[in-house]
Amino acid sequence: MNGSGYEAPRTVEETVTLLQQANGAARVLAGGTDLLAQMKMGMTSPALLIDVKKIPELASIEQTADGGFRIGAAVCGAALAEHAALVAAWPGIVEAARLIGSEQIQGRASLGGNLCNGSPAADSVPALIAAGATCTIAGPGGTRSVAVEDVITAPGKTCLATGELVVDFRLPPRPDGSDARAAKAGDAYLRMIPRSEMDIAIVGAGVSLTLDEAGVCTAARVGLGAVAATPLRVDAAAAALIGTTLDDAALAAAGEAASAAARPIDDKRGTIAYRKQVAGVLTRRAAKIALARAGGNG
Amino acid sequence: MARRHVSTRVNGEPVEFLCEPHQTLLDVLRDELQLTGTKEGCGTGDCGACSVMLDGRLICSCLALAAEVEGAEVRTVEGIASGNELHPLQRHFLEEAALQCGICTPGFLVAAKALLDGNPDPTEREVRFALAGNLCRCTGYDKIIRAVLDSAAELRGEA
Repeated sequence: MNGSGYEAPRTVEETVTLLQQANGAARVLAGGTDLLAQMKMGMTSPALLIDVKKIPELASIEQTADGGFRIGAAVCGAALAEHAALVAAWPGIVEAARLIGSEQIQGRASLGGNLCNGSPAADSVPALIAAGATCTIAGPGGTRSVAVEDVITAPGKTCLATGELVVDFRLPPRPDGSDARAAKAGDAYLRMIPRSEMDIAIVGAGVSLTLDEAGVCTAARVGLGAVAATPLRVDAAAAALIGTTLDDAALAAAGEAASAAARPIDDKRGTIAYRKQVAGVLTRRAAKIALARAGGNG
Repeated sequence: MARRHVSTRVNGEPVEFLCEPHQTLLDVLRDELQLTGTKEGCGTGDCGACSVMLDGRLICSCLALAAEVEGAEVRTVEGIASGNELHPLQRHFLEEAALQCGICTPGFLVAAKALLDGNPDPTEREVRFALAGNLCRCTGYDKIIRAVLDSAAELRGEA
């Protein structure tokens, strides 16, 4: 690969300055599992690569004061799985990230890269949308917080302007389940692929639920991947779950809403009709797993 | 184009080299450091032939820049044996004919060692999933999986 520059800044501010100076000719390098492969295939040839893995905020996971989490955008999938508190609170996000590629890819690939690569089929994105995750975007004008579902604007395109980068993901606090009479929460992500491992999703579905002490769903979010030009947040599917105990009728309604919201294309991996149907099936199944994880009567 | 100076550790030894800014770790290992045990298969992270450990994590060295390993710890297939004594994984691969052409073998050894270092008693299913990023086009996988399971048993003192 030909290219003149590599920088490994230690701060976000330095990174923003480098991105601004390069004026579009630089790319942020996190795990590199998409970017370096695309460079080798001649799809992109940035003059400057800015390695962000040496910036502490991008390379760390921490629990925030409110009980939520802050996940650095460059943290690799294997490191997510090693964080016991994160796995306990957000198993759906971790299982989604862990579906990306082989163990070798897991040693490098990050949530920030998965999002900014802009694929409609990115596995971690529907799970992050379901979780209500926001990302912190730093740029020349300071930082802004953007909901994950608003970042990808078209296949391969994001809302990031020149000079901007994703610093971290913020996850809201969860009821921890320690009090049997208090609210509980759970999330899950499922995807359909033709093989048993390592393939691109035909459909991906993430569901996150909060239940009250009686087991009634008080909050829900649903994210779908690979069924539209961008990953989708499906409020109608969530609405079908809220106020119910996720009985069969509620699950069926949520599945129908997910199928209706899907607007996929026909391609070599699946047809429109198949993807719409599978979107409903996976939404129902992911909701049942999230329910079981929340301690409900699945 | 300015070459970059990189100081790192490879298989426990301090190493310095010069590299192009976008040269891969794989190319530097093979062409600058003459560590040709690590193989290039696909070059795009799909086949695992170039597997190495970077700061304790299994990665494809074709999808890492050499410039990134400044101050890091790299471990390659050359670091698996102790002197002239083969690691049990290497011995079992030989004894159980878990290789034919051998191009994929270094990657399998590095990935299998990474698995067993973290999980000394994996199930067959766990071995198959852990090695799903390593492709072999001649042996078929059964002998490789058996060699890894037998190595694990020996390392646990059960064989």
